[in-house]
Amino acid sequence: MEIIDVISQHYPSFLAALSETIKMTILSLLFATILGTIVGLINISGIKLLKVIGIFYIDIIRGTPLLVQIFVIYYGVAQAFKPMGFSWNPLGGAFTAGIVALTLNAGAYMAEIVRGGIEAIDKGQMEAARSLGLPYGKSMLKIILPQAFRTMLPSIINQFIITLKDTSLISVIGIRELTYNGKIIAANATSKVMAIWLVVAIFYLIICTILSKSAKVIEKKVAYGK
Amino acid sequence: MGNKIVVKGLKKSFGKLDVLNGINIEIADGEVLCLIGPSGSGKSTFLRCLNRLEKITAGEVFVHGENIADSKIDINKMRKNIGMVFQHFNLFPHLTVIKNITLAPTELKIMDKEAAKANGLKLLKRVGLKEKADAYPSQLSGGQKQRVAIARSLAMNPDIMLFDEPTSALDPEMVGEVLDVMKTLAAEGMTMVVVTHEMGFAREVADRVIFMDDGLIVEEGTPEQIFNHPKEPRTIDFLNKVL
Repeated sequence: MEIIDVISQHYPSFLAALSETIKMTILSLLFATILGTIVGLINISGIKLLKVIGIFYIDIIRGTPLLVQIFVIYYGVAQAFKPMGFSWNPLGGAFTAGIVALTLNAGAYMAEIVRGGIEAIDKGQMEAARSLGLPYGKSMLKIILPQAFRTMLPSIINQFIITLKDTSLISVIGIRELTYNGKIIAANATSKVMAIWLVVAIFYLIICTILSKSAKVIEKKVAYGK
Repeated sequence: MGNKIVVKGLKKSFGKLDVLNGINIEIADGEVLCLIGPSGSGKSTFLRCLNRLEKITAGEVFVHGENIADSKIDINKMRKNIGMVFQHFNLFPHLTVIKNITLAPTELKIMDKEAAKANGLKLLKRVGLKEKADAYPSQLSGGQKQRVAIARSLAMNPDIMLFDEPTSALDPEMVGEVLDVMKTLAAEGMTMVVVTHEMGFAREVADRVIFMDDGLIVEEGTPEQIFNHPKEPRTIDFLNKVL
């Protein structure tokens, strides 16, 4: 089996690459969740100016390819702000730029998930909370968001899996994650190309499966009164 | 004094649609007021203006002498004293019954956790649902849900209770248990404003019955006057349809 050969021969570099992929996924999802929650809350609020900005941001992200966004963030931003002394290098280089791009991208989709999740909650819930004297923020935090989170969970997990796979695009700016690692190995072993890319695919498949299976467990745990 | 709620020239429109066209009324301490009228007459909207769940378009609504329509007023503080029970219960489905009841008092630092729980259990006992403290709303019948909703409102120790068609979403056999709880409350001297289609309840419990139509109070009086000797043609017409 060539696949086993490839794994046994290259597993140190695959494991290192896997850890890069996982690191990028976790960091960008963490920031994207925070960003998405904030933008989502802004977009259901009555604050007009912020809402316009929020919707504009989502439209830009949804209307452009992630690959282009990565180039804009890494090359474009570096060039545009160079006169002000900006450079990605002291900030962590391409790795940080990649996380910024993934965060901005996933954040926009998360914002829409959060908005949709909150809007799906019956408006009587907010009314009941407010009629008890709870302020808006507390009602949102204690009553609306916990319920919205449950309805959002499948979409959130879906976005997590998409972002996990999207990290492969970061390979274009030179981060040696799973995809870039596969490319380097394949370049030096052209006869095993199929096996090498299958190994890369299997790595993605395994972590995506782990993610979606653990999501199922969480979904069961947070279900109430069933 | 003696008046808990004083409403002057209350108007409410949704866009171009005028729902309330100038309501004037005074509600006394301990009074049980029942609002009846055809659907779309503005009864529920009027009720929802009393705790400003609806933004007030024009006019004044004094509760405890303070004008709720004034945007500078601390509405959250006002609402603590005004309980509200909804047609569709609006229990918090992600919380147990007891947590539904203790959430507001503890979050608003009116009671510590233990006191709130003790009080919550006392209230549940009062509505006959002590054994359901740890159940989730989805495990309750409609009548039980509404009784929990009443207990949840009472946990804030309000001195005014608003009821927005509290039995309309219930199966007929569960109406009685909810009305019984409301009767007890009325007997204890709670100031109550009740939008209802239960004419029997209005007749038995109300101190005063208001008939509304087209966003106006058409006729008001004791249950005896309204149900037995209605004067306005619209009241007569309405009562003929529902009784």
